[in-house]
Amino acid sequence: MSNATVVVVTSGKGGVGKTTTSAAIASALAKEGYQVCAIDFDVGLRNLDLIMGAERRVVFDLVNVVRGEATIKQALVRDKKLNNLFLLPASQTRDKDALTEEGVASVISELRHYFDWIVCDSPAGIERGATLAMRHADEAIIVSNPEVSSVRDCDRIIGLLDAKTQVAEQGGRMPKHLLITRYDSARAKTGDMLATDDVVDILSVPLIGVIPESKDVLKASNVGLPVTLADEGSPAARAYMEATRRLLGENIPVTIPEEKKGLFGKIFKGRAA
Amino acid sequence: MNILSLFGKRSQSASVAKNRLQILLAHERAGNSADAALISSLREDILAVVAKRIDIDPDAVRLEMDRDGDVTTLGIDIELPPSAARAS
Repeated sequence: MSNATVVVVTSGKGGVGKTTTSAAIASALAKEGYQVCAIDFDVGLRNLDLIMGAERRVVFDLVNVVRGEATIKQALVRDKKLNNLFLLPASQTRDKDALTEEGVASVISELRHYFDWIVCDSPAGIERGATLAMRHADEAIIVSNPEVSSVRDCDRIIGLLDAKTQVAEQGGRMPKHLLITRYDSARAKTGDMLATDDVVDILSVPLIGVIPESKDVLKASNVGLPVTLADEGSPAARAYMEATRRLLGENIPVTIPEEKKGLFGKIFKGRAA
Repeated sequence: MNILSLFGKRSQSASVAKNRLQILLAHERAGNSADAALISSLREDILAVVAKRIDIDPDAVRLEMDRDGDVTTLGIDIELPPSAARAS
């Protein structure tokens, strides 16, 4: 029996940062020395390959594996920088119905033998792709922006995690972690944005991390590096590293990292803070 | 953060992004299903040739592709069993 942990990164709403989070956390886990596989479940609209900078090296994909056209080992793309980090890409040309429940089950159960952590990047929505991504998870990271529609969609997803997963069907309760992304402390302070406590109160899911709104996220995606590998000192990278340590079971308080100001920054920007 | 950034040099990440997208989209618009089929057949052929000399695990043959603009490279990685390496 393997000791692998399958974690789904999900949100319901699109554009909140599931793929950024999947790449950042998978890389952070790999940096900690674990064998890690990230799976893109967004069949037809894959993007995890692009965010991880592996797009030029994709040959086979999840649908090829599910259909028996390639083995898992053939489809896995090794990361350029970390040799213990792998990507199982989604298919770009087919639609989500190309994935079968049995196919996904067998892929996950085989991956459990090779890896310590399997990170499933869920598509947006609550349809087949999203339910298959969460189906075999042992834990869930729920990604929300501090914004009303995102929080509402997370609530819907929490309902699905408690009903449509194997853990739930076997009478268990899926451990869930809330990750708030694109957070702006200044706007939360002035009351223009939901604060982390508000979101935690509404969803009743323990907080695993708060990722501040950061220019470094876009810069990292431009060059095809997970933000945790692109610029380790950036606030977003530090927040993702912290969240990863909590995922690994460390009991550390949640902080919201801020931009480290250089000498000029301190002189010129100090008054604005 | 390098010394040039002190003098206000613009970050180049956007041009990297544009270049990556141009390569990727040119490839995707052309239809990329040929790649998988080609790799699959190449793999079979190479496996057959190697298997004539060495008893290898089919899973120990990895083919990797890297597309860069007009140039696509194919890497073949065959893991030889310890006994085969010595025998040859």
